[in-house]
Amino acid sequence: MQLILRKGRVVDPSQKLNRVADIGIEDGRVAEIAVRIRKKGRKEIDARGLVVLPGFIDMHVHLREPGREDAETIESGTNAAAHGGFTAVACMPNTQPVNDSEAVTSFILERAREVSKIAVYPIGAITKGSQGKTLAEIGEMYRTGIVAISDDGNPVQDNQVMRRAMEYSRLFNLPVIDHCEDTDLSAGGVMHEGYYSTLLGLRGINPAAEEVQIVRDAILAQQTGAHAHIAHLSTKRSLEAVIKARKEGQVALTCEVTPHHLLLTDALVTSYDTNTKMKPPLRSQDDVDALVKGIVSGDIDAIATDHAPHNINDKMLEFDRAPFGIVGLETAVGLIYDRFVRTEILTLERMAQLFSTNPARILRLDRGTLAKGAWADITVLDPELSWEVRSENFQSRSRNTPYEGWKLRGGPAMTIVKGKIVWSL
Amino acid sequence: MASLGHKDLLGIEQLSVEDIRLILDTAEALKEVAARPVKKVPPLRGKTVVNLFFEASTRTRSSFELAEKRLSADILNFSASTSSVTKGETLLDTARTLEAMSPDIIVIRHESAGAPHLLAKECHASIINAGDGMHEHPTQALLDALTIRTVKKKLDGLKLAIIGDIAHSRVARSNTILFHKVGAEVWVCGPPTLIPWEYGRLGARITGRIEEAIDGADVVMMLRVQNERQHEAFIPSTREYYNFYGLTRERMRLAKKDTIVMHPGPMNRGVEIDSDVADADYSVILNQVANGIATRMAVLYLLSGNAGLKSKKRSH
Repeated sequence: MQLILRKGRVVDPSQKLNRVADIGIEDGRVAEIAVRIRKKGRKEIDARGLVVLPGFIDMHVHLREPGREDAETIESGTNAAAHGGFTAVACMPNTQPVNDSEAVTSFILERAREVSKIAVYPIGAITKGSQGKTLAEIGEMYRTGIVAISDDGNPVQDNQVMRRAMEYSRLFNLPVIDHCEDTDLSAGGVMHEGYYSTLLGLRGINPAAEEVQIVRDAILAQQTGAHAHIAHLSTKRSLEAVIKARKEGQVALTCEVTPHHLLLTDALVTSYDTNTKMKPPLRSQDDVDALVKGIVSGDIDAIATDHAPHNINDKMLEFDRAPFGIVGLETAVGLIYDRFVRTEILTLERMAQLFSTNPARILRLDRGTLAKGAWADITVLDPELSWEVRSENFQSRSRNTPYEGWKLRGGPAMTIVKGKIVWSL
Repeated sequence: MASLGHKDLLGIEQLSVEDIRLILDTAEALKEVAARPVKKVPPLRGKTVVNLFFEASTRTRSSFELAEKRLSADILNFSASTSSVTKGETLLDTARTLEAMSPDIIVIRHESAGAPHLLAKECHASIINAGDGMHEHPTQALLDALTIRTVKKKLDGLKLAIIGDIAHSRVARSNTILFHKVGAEVWVCGPPTLIPWEYGRLGARITGRIEEAIDGADVVMMLRVQNERQHEAFIPSTREYYNFYGLTRERMRLAKKDTIVMHPGPMNRGVEIDSDVADADYSVILNQVANGIATRMAVLYLLSGNAGLKSKKRSH
């Protein structure tokens, strides 16, 4: 066999598997999982004490290429992903130019083929230039390889355009990923509207800006039969709206949450540190508590980083002038393991669902499973690894993280894509 | 020499009641300088103060400048319109350039909340916040406190009513925090669109009715309402605003006999305040201006030896 990982704890929700086993790989695919594989591997790895999971998929990243290669490239971003334990990423279309055409989609895929060690799935724009007016050539992009459509960062405001996009998406069974933000309600805001925005004199982003669009999307998804996926859901009321819509009837409605909305609150903005500035903004403790409940219960389908690299020159500004966003690829897995799995709030199975099984299902990828015959995309965790977040060690070109200096226990130890070790400690 | 235990004055929020008392007492003592034939004392001789104004300001800037001159400081004025800022230089680069000139104190006014905090982290010099966005304007609150204390002989137990555009006002924030700290009863009043939801947690009681705010108040502080607010749908019109919130002589009848009226300026006569109120005996608006110089002298004096001190963490 090409590769055998021996005696790791194999956790794969797609097969309801959680036991110490050997996993054998041949021709880039899973050949066998057994308590003991008798065959020899050309390469063997002692995985005792480690956790072996279906490859993690970050379904929401910004790779910045083409256009802002000073902040990130497809190469540096995918290296960061591998370093963070991810075997695949889906990249948002708000590049320069916007990925709203076959040409940009094929550029991204070609670059990825040349430089990326992990799988890259482009997401196409909903509207031309993400301007919210006319539909992008979604079919052409679909034929080229997009896995979803989204106007992330510049969300569709016109309800009729969103309705048409959802109707049209059904032709290709493409999920419509929405960064829900009513830009009239959020206009001028730089942080969550609440006590801290009042104290700090910073313009608030009304949480209703997110909530009203989630309700809109739920209604339109139900009506059109489209699959709507809510990106970086961040408030308690948003989650309640999703749960309510699902209860009320047949609707294909999924959602994701970011690690920072599970771990940080708006109280952190008191530092005026621009690495606490992102969209949606850091919310209140109440919201954080509700979201944590949501990942435990399964009401939230996925964890995605919204990895948003920014050049340091752009971030070293006055708070209200700095761009929104933080990097996340190289901290997400360790943070979630240390803060939620180690503390027994979350099981390993749930973590695997949030990072792998469900993102694969939402984006209809042939990934997210270690079933026999599946691509051998594997994330290996070391639950005892002690480490400190130090942005100087990032593979990403950007350093805009709010977790600098955080001490964590547990983190990625090895990333395997199609049976090939693309990164290891 | 008396001194504050801080490197910077970023906001009222970081000050203790003792700090506030020290500043007011010092300002009280420095008031007499203005009455001298030669209005100059030597404490800041040989010290360099930079006035870094990114936002148009006449009052605050002249007040600081006069305070610095009366303390014999060397002054460098730096304003956004004449500086490299218009050429795209970042705040941090501007700050580093100034820092290389070894100033002792930098007075900054900036339209972004938190800009003085950014500077404080980077600079050896003491930073004085002369107004940052909608956040704080600490020397204004201190001069208001001095003005009130001079008339009322105390601060605790007073009822202070702040009326107007609370949401966009750094003066309201700094005064709310200061007067709550010293044990006064702070009321804020304005249309609900101009009062943030969580404002009560800063230590204020909230009302939409000016009559309730004025009733029994010892101090009525009016805030400017900008014409732009109509276009942003905060208020229907300045006319309607005046009808509901304008401080008129009739409304002042609800107040106590010895109520004083304040305004940080510049006033919009006929919008938030009537001329016969602004110019009445109970108006202390011009005392505020005089006290502004003494208060800023006190702050400059009390911080003048503190450059290089470790910045204090915010108290949360």
